[in-house]
Amino acid sequence: MAILTSSIARKVAMALSGLFLVVFLAQHFTINVTAVIDPDTFNSLSHFMGHNFFVQFIAQPILIFGVIFHFVMGLVLEIRNRSARQISYKSFKGNKNSTWASRNMIISGAVILAFLGLHFYDFWFPEIVHKYVESHPEDATRYYGELVQKFESPIRTALYCLSFVLLALHLWHGFSSSFQSMGWNNKYSKGLRGFTQFYAIFIPLGFVFIALYLHFNQ
Amino acid sequence: MKLTLKIWRQKNANTKGELKTYPIDGIEGDMSFLEMLDVLNEELINKGDEPVVFDHDCREGICGSCSLQINGEPHGPDRLVTTCQLHMRMFNDGDTIVIEPFRAKAFPVIKDLVVDRTSFERIQQAGGYISVNTSGNTIDANAIPVNKQDADDSFNAATCIGCGACVAACKNASAMLFTSAKVSQFALLPQGKVEATERVLNMVAQMDKEGFGNCTNTGACEIECPKGISLENIARMNREYLNASIKG
Repeated sequence: MAILTSSIARKVAMALSGLFLVVFLAQHFTINVTAVIDPDTFNSLSHFMGHNFFVQFIAQPILIFGVIFHFVMGLVLEIRNRSARQISYKSFKGNKNSTWASRNMIISGAVILAFLGLHFYDFWFPEIVHKYVESHPEDATRYYGELVQKFESPIRTALYCLSFVLLALHLWHGFSSSFQSMGWNNKYSKGLRGFTQFYAIFIPLGFVFIALYLHFNQ
Repeated sequence: MKLTLKIWRQKNANTKGELKTYPIDGIEGDMSFLEMLDVLNEELINKGDEPVVFDHDCREGICGSCSLQINGEPHGPDRLVTTCQLHMRMFNDGDTIVIEPFRAKAFPVIKDLVVDRTSFERIQQAGGYISVNTSGNTIDANAIPVNKQDADDSFNAATCIGCGACVAACKNASAMLFTSAKVSQFALLPQGKVEATERVLNMVAQMDKEGFGNCTNTGACEIECPKGISLENIARMNREYLNASIKG
């Protein structure tokens, strides 16, 4: 089954899982931005996401699988790529022919993974405990307050903002690169690259804005 | 021009190599990089030392023999030239120049700056050809009309000289640009359609078997390629591969 093990198949798998996560990121941002615009809307959307059967038991496991798959495949590719040059150059000027973001996807990816650990610790695990372990009654008005409380800490806010910068770098290369991996490079690619680069800046910058807004509006 | 050369010296494939320093004087800007190495080798031979071994043949940028990682870039700091076309005027008096062989597991060092690039030949042998009857009734290639854009793109892909700069430049030592150029030059022409499916599957399989890394689309290969082979070829090969895999 060469289609599953070849270098091109792995590229395509990375691209598809990455695009899936890009779509999720847009959805996550859309909900989060309502915290700045209207806390009641944020509460309603959060309650819906936290109690909808499809979101909780179908979309969420798929998302977690997508994240793990993207990470594991990225790590496998990195290990294989490093083994393809066993003796490194004494002088290697990668900055002359490629961007930092493109050469260091493993670093930006590792920071994003560490951030996900913090993010799960902050929101996902407490939510699971609240709903399924302590079995609190449903309260559709608690989400905004809990969110604001999390961003009281300047250290946590700074860690979130730093992670979003690395997310921007990861997206800057990864989003447009995914189309190339799937064989999409034609006269529309320049326009598409413009869109992917706008997305790579706009979404993380939006997350930074939300984090800072919540921190300074306690 | 007075220069300090730091050159990778390695006796053979089984011994460890190291950078050795050689001061050199009297280098003129109009000399090619290989002529500069010729001057150094004359000095070394006159002193009774072993000359630096490096690959070269046509010395006009068409054979793909010369290689060399020069100051961290394959074929040196100039663009769209091979090492033999690189002029010493690209450097300044007093510069230190680090010269290393192209590095990849699939390009093992034979001696000093010479590496074994036969892995490229095995990729070519896996499908980089078309089967044509040459027994006397060969059809003239011009008898089959080809779209101008396709002909131009095919020709551009065919200008790949297989030097290995793409592998040397890639942080992953990936051979995707080379393999994709060899796939593209036929994929774009009607003569290449007959064996298109097996060609791309076999060439990619051989590329993977040789131990080259995976492409992560940094684009370094395109920038450093002395023939300006485009990343569009990699996208085309990806398409060809996916289509061929689905067709079986």
